[in-house]
Amino acid sequence: MPFAIESNQLVRTFGGAKGKKPLVALDHVDLRVEEGELFGLLGPNGAGKTTLIKILATLLLPTSGTVKVLGHDVEKEVQAIRPRINMVSGGETSGYGLLTVRENLWMFSQFYGMPSEEAKRTINEMLELFGIADKADSKVRTISTGQRQKMNVIRGFVTDPDLIFLDEPTLGLDVNASMNIRSFIRKWVKGQEGKTVLLTTHYMQEADHLCDRLAIIDQGKILACDTPLRLKRMVAKDSTFTITTSPCASIGEICSLPGVKGFNAKGDGSKEEVRFILEDEAVISDIISLITNKNAKVISLNKTEATLEDVFIQLVGRGLD
Amino acid sequence: MDLQLNWRAMWGRAYPRIIGVQREPSWILFDIFLPLLGIAAFIFFYRAMGAPEIYTGFVVLGGAMTAFWINVLWSMAAQFYWEKETGNLQLYLIAPMSRMSVLAGMAIGGMFLTGVRALSTFILGFLLFDVELEVTNPAALLAVFVVTLIALYGMGMLFSSLYLLYGRGAWHLSNILQEPIYLVSGFYFPVKAMGFWVALGASIIPITLGLDAMRQLMFDGEQIMPFLTWQVELVILMVLAVGFVLAARYALHYMEYLGKREGRLTLRWQ
Repeated sequence: MPFAIESNQLVRTFGGAKGKKPLVALDHVDLRVEEGELFGLLGPNGAGKTTLIKILATLLLPTSGTVKVLGHDVEKEVQAIRPRINMVSGGETSGYGLLTVRENLWMFSQFYGMPSEEAKRTINEMLELFGIADKADSKVRTISTGQRQKMNVIRGFVTDPDLIFLDEPTLGLDVNASMNIRSFIRKWVKGQEGKTVLLTTHYMQEADHLCDRLAIIDQGKILACDTPLRLKRMVAKDSTFTITTSPCASIGEICSLPGVKGFNAKGDGSKEEVRFILEDEAVISDIISLITNKNAKVISLNKTEATLEDVFIQLVGRGLD
Repeated sequence: MDLQLNWRAMWGRAYPRIIGVQREPSWILFDIFLPLLGIAAFIFFYRAMGAPEIYTGFVVLGGAMTAFWINVLWSMAAQFYWEKETGNLQLYLIAPMSRMSVLAGMAIGGMFLTGVRALSTFILGFLLFDVELEVTNPAALLAVFVVTLIALYGMGMLFSSLYLLYGRGAWHLSNILQEPIYLVSGFYFPVKAMGFWVALGASIIPITLGLDAMRQLMFDGEQIMPFLTWQVELVILMVLAVGFVLAARYALHYMEYLGKREGRLTLRWQ
């Protein structure tokens, strides 16, 4: 099967002038995404996800290495790539507020040379599909964030690209709007031949449910790349516990105990929730002893199934938050 | 080049400006009545000084052409700055159409509003201040006007390439160019009054020669003080028009390349 995306030893740095050390955004990234895949990039802020998408979308040049999109070089063959791609970002504010939703979508379709009538028909169908047909004639500046993001997603798909980059497409949306978008993405890529999606997300569940394969990226490096199931199996041999305690000053101490492979702590001042990956279940008793010795209370203790978050914690050494 | 694609892209980008005229009627105040106040100040000043009556016509013509100059500076050249801020620019850049077609769409879309402002300034100024016109060669006048606009908007496209790369950093360019050009291009008086070398230098701005040629073709009297003959000015304007459009095409391509290399085509958070 041909690759929709193929990068070899891709490096992108920023700055570095006047003797300053350059910031390495992408560090020798090798990536292969097959046509027809729904591929996810999972990583914290600043991991290099958006930089990678910008290079693939022909908005940024690699510092070194080679990148091919739909079989074409991103540096030398942009005109062969651009008619076949599109991009949607979460929280996007593109378009013009005084135009209606329908007019904005039509305008962007014209930048791809779509015949006007065909564009209007497709736009109407997609507005129905996303449940915002009643907002078609509302000015964009009057609609809600969720409706606007649905409009952005329609904008990306209305030109029927072969490859679409979705950068946090459900960012800040409510559950229903997110589900609606996820369901559409899944149907779009699986219901047609040769369509590919590259998705970046913060949401582990979204990545888990949606993606055929995932790459975990941190500090510009791809740490792992496989199906969600296989990635989770990487940590299945370890034990994952979630402990909720009263405020505890010794979290750092606990995490340095032998047998603790990774942790992710969240606290709100009144309690702390810590997720541990342990090499051996027996270590949990040492952890509880340590907590109680520090005069903190264990409020709850749960053993949980491995999730992508655990994979992430194990690979990166910290949580995504 | 895919002509059909670029034709559609041009009209697509022109659409928000065309429709904006209908949806924001406040432009009637800002683009018709307020400019009249500006030219009235100059006319009363000239009259108080006892300047020849033909200067009233110069001011009305200059006031009308101001609309195009402002449009080129702020709604054409600087537009890429706003497009970058809102996130539209990256969507324009990943689309397959030529950047020139987007800019042409902005120009055409803005032309209606600008044209109405220029025409209304001219007609109202003509009626209110009793301007005497002597148009002996309307075809030549039309040719000078059209070629001036092509050269002017070509220059706007060239400037827009700077905004593509420098964003707000290029903002000062529009500020620097707006007011001083009223002086050195002779918007309200014959540019020759500034001296040969200043007039020659200012001729790189197409509106300088355009105004000078239009004055020769619209008024009669020795106070016209032509810088060059209108025929020579028309030829120079044609050269400028072709030069600016070609330079803009090259500059947009080059600045986009630099922007992609340096990572300046989008904002950091986009």
